[in-house]
Amino acid sequence: MVTASDPDAIRQGLLALVTRPPLSGLPEDRRGIAELVLAEVLNNIVEHAYSTSSGDIEITVEERPGGIGFLVVDDGAAMPDGPPPGMLPAGLGGDLDHLPEGGFGWHLIRSLTVDLSYSRKNNRNVLSFLISEDQTGPEDSMT
Amino acid sequence: MQLSATNTAKIISVQVMEDRIDAASAIQFKERMRDIIQHSAPRVVLDLAKVQFLDSSGLGAIVAVKKLLGGDRSFELAGLTPTVEKVFRLTRMDTVFTIHPSLEDAVSNAIKA
Repeated sequence: MVTASDPDAIRQGLLALVTRPPLSGLPEDRRGIAELVLAEVLNNIVEHAYSTSSGDIEITVEERPGGIGFLVVDDGAAMPDGPPPGMLPAGLGGDLDHLPEGGFGWHLIRSLTVDLSYSRKNNRNVLSFLISEDQTGPEDSMT
Repeated sequence: MQLSATNTAKIISVQVMEDRIDAASAIQFKERMRDIIQHSAPRVVLDLAKVQFLDSSGLGAIVAVKKLLGGDRSFELAGLTPTVEKVFRLTRMDTVFTIHPSLEDAVSNAIKA
């Protein structure tokens, strides 16, 4: 499916994706994870790739061996250093004024996906990842 | 963004009446909360039982409300659904907020205290 790069369009796109196969057939907890990861990926594209422009975002979801595969493509600006490693933002243990209000997106994506890969092809960003069958990514399996 | 607030001298109970706090509604949520906490009760409890979906923008807005309340008033959460609970746990924000199983639990704690 294709969505426009604004928050309302993304909300509608997510609602459409989770109510049709293959996501509609997942147990509720895995469907929730899929929606969360997609939301973080799409919000990042709006904030960064399309920060000074707007355009379409193409999302493909398919069943793959070992889980659900996602392919997300946009025509926005490149990620110069590739996808961030997903460290938790600083300030969590500190005082109230310094609590982080953002910077959680990549941490959530990295925690809940496997096999994440990014490439730049024909001036497009191509991001793919898998939400594995046993539901959890590397971070979550440690807890 | 529909929020329903009940005020007493000691506590403001806020129920989120929508099923998501996301990038499309986070700013509205923060603005509504800013109005609600003008009432001066020392404790504010946010009931998230109806919220099935919270993304990092929604989480950021909740943290922003905690900052608005400052160090002298408490901001507590109640009724986290499984996916919302996961967001708090993975971001370690479960260590920053007091989280009650339900709004009823939060309010009865106040009576005991």
